[in-house]
Amino acid sequence: MESVARSQPTAGTDTAASKDATLIYRQSRWTRLTHWLWAISLFFMLLSGLQIFNARPQLYIGKESGFDYNNTVFAIGAENTATGPRGYTEIFGKRFDTTGVLGWSGPAGQETSRAFPSWATIPSYYDLGTARVVHFFFAWILSTTLIVWLIASLVNGHLRRDLAPRIDDLKRLPRDIIDHAKLKFHHTREYNTLQKMAYGGVLFVLLPLMIITGLAMSPSMNSVLPFLNDLLGGRQTARTIHFIVMVLLVAFFIIHMLMILAAGPINELRSIITGWYRTDPPAHDSQSPERSA
Amino acid sequence: MPKFQISPKLQISPKLQINRRKFLTSASLGVSGIMLSGCEAFDSQLGVGDGLRSFLEGANDLTHRAQRLLAGRDALAPEFSEADIRQRQRPNGITAPDDDVYKGLLANDFADWRLEVSGLVEKPLSLTREQLMNMPSRTQITRHDCVEGWSCIAKWTGTPLSLVLDQAVVKPQARYVMFHCLDTIDRSLSGDIKYYGSVDLIDARHPQTILAYGLNGKPLPVENGAPLRVRVERQLGYKMPKYLTKIELVDGFATIGGGRGGYWEDNGYDWYAGI
Repeated sequence: MESVARSQPTAGTDTAASKDATLIYRQSRWTRLTHWLWAISLFFMLLSGLQIFNARPQLYIGKESGFDYNNTVFAIGAENTATGPRGYTEIFGKRFDTTGVLGWSGPAGQETSRAFPSWATIPSYYDLGTARVVHFFFAWILSTTLIVWLIASLVNGHLRRDLAPRIDDLKRLPRDIIDHAKLKFHHTREYNTLQKMAYGGVLFVLLPLMIITGLAMSPSMNSVLPFLNDLLGGRQTARTIHFIVMVLLVAFFIIHMLMILAAGPINELRSIITGWYRTDPPAHDSQSPERSA
Repeated sequence: MPKFQISPKLQISPKLQINRRKFLTSASLGVSGIMLSGCEAFDSQLGVGDGLRSFLEGANDLTHRAQRLLAGRDALAPEFSEADIRQRQRPNGITAPDDDVYKGLLANDFADWRLEVSGLVEKPLSLTREQLMNMPSRTQITRHDCVEGWSCIAKWTGTPLSLVLDQAVVKPQARYVMFHCLDTIDRSLSGDIKYYGSVDLIDARHPQTILAYGLNGKPLPVENGAPLRVRVERQLGYKMPKYLTKIELVDGFATIGGGRGGYWEDNGYDWYAGI
């Protein structure tokens, strides 16, 4: 779907007219619909995924889990100490006390040994079976939505027009990083370089990797795609990658929220709900209209 | 310079700006509220039999169909080399049945143990361990994947289940193979619950589906299911019952246990565990 300005900006218009001119149709209905389906799916997949992780709160490197040898790279657990039970998180053998959140958590006096705390899991109590039901339901929604979005974005030009990196993007990158660091945002129809990298990274790297490593954990899919685990370094490595990608997606979500708050949450939310986005008024003093328009 | 620019329409009065700040505060509080109240919000909808839960479970049927379509009947689970066996097979669940019948059989090294094959078959069977071991065998080094998330590679030796089914001659109306076990997994008001589980005839006749009596070149230890356990290599561990005593061919499992096809299934796990 092409972007349509509601009216053409003309030089020297009064405030009201130029306000109107800055409102553009930025996000197609496909992008908006799939965006929210992803948001819902990823919310449920994260919380049910943490519940699934709680069933075996260790990550390993290799084809299997070492019990008689050690190939554990990450673990969350609880241990008894002189001052009572403590929760810990262990990364490459280095142990951190994470009591209250990871390993040992719960309402005061009712703490229990659980990797991720009750407030971060679905269901809130320990229930692996239910978490799997929720996880796989939304896995279908997420994967289907991703394919629908990909087809729609190829057809409506979103991919080529808005996401495909261009030489200019590379040139802009240093400036873009400085602007973001200063929380200085340009409200344009186009995504800036860091946006392209972030959205493209999520849509073409993280989510596909999530789906691939998820499938690699399926014993039935292993009979269909036996090379998948060889490629990824074994089923337990695939599981570890699945977890790392989750952490990266959570990091993306946090930055995404901060950027929206900083760039103007109402405008940003309107564009992903209604499609309409208010761009910066045309600058009169700039020699680079492409950047500031 | 931070530029918390809001759309001009909303800039009409300073009051609205304050409201916007309030909005942001309450919005972020609201989001963290949802997170903090946990995901308790969904607890009441997710019990076995609840409407929402049953709807979500539909995805398991979809997964089952999709994976059957992709894998077909005979695609093999990956097999590994001797070098990949780096540890003993990790036992899980019941590792030493406390049942008198089982302990009696064990005391006599299972000489009195029999595998009953019954239900929808032309010729019900009662097989000794020796009879099973005298049938053609299959040895495979495969990875055992537990639903909890761990994996363990081991070498399994056993009788292909398809050979036993052929010997019993399965009736055409049979759809599932129900496994009955000797170990008590749970206790209920109506008595002890022995482990039970089921697979469809496609998995039952899969070339790697064996009734295993050997593990890593030795007789199957008690902790791993002696004298006989099932290996269903394209599914998770809970679909591979240990301490097997009876195989029953059925056309449905609605009347068995909780009606969902197995002990763990009755406790909320999906019947199809290919993922």
